Amino acid sequence: MNLAAYAEQHGLGRVGARPPLGAYLRETWNRREFMWLLALYRVRADNQRNQLGLAWVVLRPVINAVVYGTVFGLIMGGAKPDRFIEFLIVGVFFFEFFSRTFTSGAKSITSNRALVQSLRFPRIVLPMARVLEELVLFMPTLAVLLIFVTVKGNTPQWHWLLIVPLVLLYTMFNVGLTLITSRLSVHLSDLSEILPFISRLLFFSTGIFFDLSSRFEGNEVALRILDFQPLHELLTLARGLLLDGQYTVDNPWYWLYFAVWSLVLFVVGIVFFWQAEERYGRD
Amino acid sequence: MTEPQPGRRPSVVVEHVSVDYHVKTGRKGPDGTRAPRTRVVNALKDVSFVAYENDSIGVIGTNGSGKSTLMRAIVGLTPVSAGAIHASANPSMLGVGASLIKDLSGAQNIILGGLAMGFTREQIEAAYDDIVVFSGLGDFIELPMRTYSSGMTARLKFAIATARTHEILIVDEALAVGDKQFRERSEARIRDIRDQAGTIFLVSHSMTSILDTCNRVLWIEKGELLMDGEPGPVIEAYRER
Repeated sequence: MNLAAYAEQHGLGRVGARPPLGAYLRETWNRREFMWLLALYRVRADNQRNQLGLAWVVLRPVINAVVYGTVFGLIMGGAKPDRFIEFLIVGVFFFEFFSRTFTSGAKSITSNRALVQSLRFPRIVLPMARVLEELVLFMPTLAVLLIFVTVKGNTPQWHWLLIVPLVLLYTMFNVGLTLITSRLSVHLSDLSEILPFISRLLFFSTGIFFDLSSRFEGNEVALRILDFQPLHELLTLARGLLLDGQYTVDNPWYWLYFAVWSLVLFVVGIVFFWQAEERYGRD
Repeated sequence: MTEPQPGRRPSVVVEHVSVDYHVKTGRKGPDGTRAPRTRVVNALKDVSFVAYENDSIGVIGTNGSGKSTLMRAIVGLTPVSAGAIHASANPSMLGVGASLIKDLSGAQNIILGGLAMGFTREQIEAAYDDIVVFSGLGDFIELPMRTYSSGMTARLKFAIATARTHEILIVDEALAVGDKQFRERSEARIRDIRDQAGTIFLVSHSMTSILDTCNRVLWIEKGELLMDGEPGPVIEAYRER
């Protein structure tokens, strides 16, 4: 008797076959508590290892801001944007969430081989938990940012609440990117070596410590391109919200552009990651 | 036993499975000549068998015979080059080696492992005490898993994985690192799972463990299935070799 026919007759399915997308997402939703606790435990474990613990979450971007502020403040002399310190802090603090997920999230499958090989669960949980972990770390950073901006004389206003949807979109943006990079680094292990350079490149070209729109004033083509750079959109929106009319968004379409970026990356990332589900955990 | 046995419910059907590894080698051979850059290793050659519910199958063979490759293929971690593997449920594998998440404590790993396997929070909290007792870790349960010995890690992993009844469970050398008491406890648990209509594969070099827990043995050598049958005769043939 043919074994394949025999297996089918008894309702046996092929091993390792990837479930359809709908079933996959339902299964992922059922593991939401796993995802959340994994992120939370990791945050705690990371902080227990250092003497200063959770303080590092805030200290890291502060030190970053001080270093970049000093270096670029000195280099740029009079060419600094208005309210340089707040401008810089918003940029550095917001960028931190992206750069940390971007460089380390790519390894969320490859660095969890033991877990992937011993237990069966939708692998998408791992990169998502990684982003969630960074989101948890971003919260105190954001709180410090708001306090700092207030102390510098920007009065809190109702429209500051728009930070919530902005961070939500930003998180989806990061999830999408992380799903793509974590699948790619399974195929191509060299990728994790290259990502920090891309992140660095984006840091210097996104206008963290200088104002891109005044830098390219008069250059219509460059400004047009900038309109579609998602991180530039993000920072422009954040600065527009928090810095008292100083950097009002002269292009409200940025909300739409950034929302489209985030949603598209989110959906594409999920599908792209799911397609290789059978591949994860293999060497 | 490749011919299906009537009246029994199959849980795993392995159908003419071959696995080839493509191993990247250096550009130059030992004598300095240009060697082919990839070598093909036939880890499994045309293996077929049917496993049934209530089967507890020992898998034996010398090192490098392809035992682990076969187990990894059954779990779906190693792609098959030819043939196919069918199963009634997703098989789970317990292997030796790395812990689950080594920076987290044993206690946190129990919760996460349970949730990952599909327990609800209440279910895993209800099972928590049993898992700790079974693992025999005592106060160590609050320490990060990176501080555990390999025996402790294996015990905890075994305790977590068997907290849930599995339809198909593969235990790859995981018992070898435990002490005598733990081995007896885990062998008893393996028999439990088998009695609850599960199917277990036990890869081991300990013939005593296999004789104590298995009702069937597969002997694999150089990627081929040499023998498949009652533990007594197969182990005898393996020892005489």
